[in-house]
Amino acid sequence: MLQSALVEKVGKFRSRGVIVDVTALDVLDSFASRTLRDIAHIIRLRGAETVIVGVQPEVAFAMVQLGITLEKVSTALDLEEGLAYLDQKLQHARATP
Amino acid sequence: MTTPWETQLKSLIQTEPARSPAATTALLRELVEHLRQHRTELREEWARRITEAKVLTAMSDAEIFAEATSVYDNYVAALETGTFEALQTYSRNLSERIIPRGVETHEVIGIVLLLRDVLARSLFAKYQSDFQLLNRILDAYEPAANRIANTVAVGFVQERERIIREQQEAIRELSTPVLQVRERLLILPIIGVIDPQRARQLTEQLLRGIRANRARVVVIDITGVAAMDSHVANHLVQTVEASRLLGATVIVTGLSPEIAQTLVKIGVDLGKMNTVGDLQGGIEEAERLLGYKVVPSEAPALISGIRDET
Repeated sequence: MLQSALVEKVGKFRSRGVIVDVTALDVLDSFASRTLRDIAHIIRLRGAETVIVGVQPEVAFAMVQLGITLEKVSTALDLEEGLAYLDQKLQHARATP
Repeated sequence: MTTPWETQLKSLIQTEPARSPAATTALLRELVEHLRQHRTELREEWARRITEAKVLTAMSDAEIFAEATSVYDNYVAALETGTFEALQTYSRNLSERIIPRGVETHEVIGIVLLLRDVLARSLFAKYQSDFQLLNRILDAYEPAANRIANTVAVGFVQERERIIREQQEAIRELSTPVLQVRERLLILPIIGVIDPQRARQLTEQLLRGIRANRARVVVIDITGVAAMDSHVANHLVQTVEASRLLGATVIVTGLSPEIAQTLVKIGVDLGKMNTVGDLQGGIEEAERLLGYKVVPSEAPALISGIRDET
């Protein structure tokens, strides 16, 4: 649901970047993590960048203990950091065409 | 001289089956009466015995006497009521006061046992003419006295353990400082042995530190770690990954040759870890990642300062 709606919007708004904020989540199990990873990969195929932001410290450690590391997916501390990261990344991409 | 109480007691003992609760209660009441009557001399005798035994050397005679008085009264009260809560509270209180002054466990147990002896002796003296009554009195007295000694000793040891736990907590807090050296750059120097418990705590503090300081780069320096087993190494890898989930890059520095060899031998996957030889290199790398550049100023302050003095 979320996945397809999001991917559709990326095309509709010609988005260059997507931020997924998980601050409110107290638990991220393997299913949720896989969904996040899939979203990131699909969005990359659509030509945009994804950043996961707001992973709580406890959640982060619980995830790595389950062996979930969200490899090749960008992460940032919070929304602000995520925006800064995308700004930098997209500017860089524009500067070196 | 026989008091009316004693006559009553004797008849009670003869009619009631031995060790019945009613008889015990009556005996204890008799006992408490006796201890109240001879409070002054028994207390003095006890204080004298304490001084003689050369325990509680950390305290002055006046202090010992003051404490002895309260202990004595609490002791008698516990015998009388058969409840130990008040005594427990008092002994915890007492322990709190005397532990910082270096009073040892054997001293505390020693003085309580001394009091037990002093009181038992006075009972012997009082009832020596009637062996059977003495026996019954002791039957009632001893279990209660033992329980009192137990309560005081346990209270003291518990207090000690509480202090030890607090100190351990403090050491643990101090042993894993998370330091900010530049905006968005944290350093975590690890020194000493890492056991699983400490490793877990370390990770927790680091992740919290990353959040609190909004860190982008973290340098974990393990120069001070002599050895590392696979468990701890895996934990380190997990810490690095968890930090990345919070958006921070981790640089590990100061891996000793021994640890590096061990890690390769036990097959820990360090491919995901960013390692630099020493702390200085780690900080330089972190500065590079953050976009800082350290440039020497034209006139070094240290050298010009020395020139000024000469």
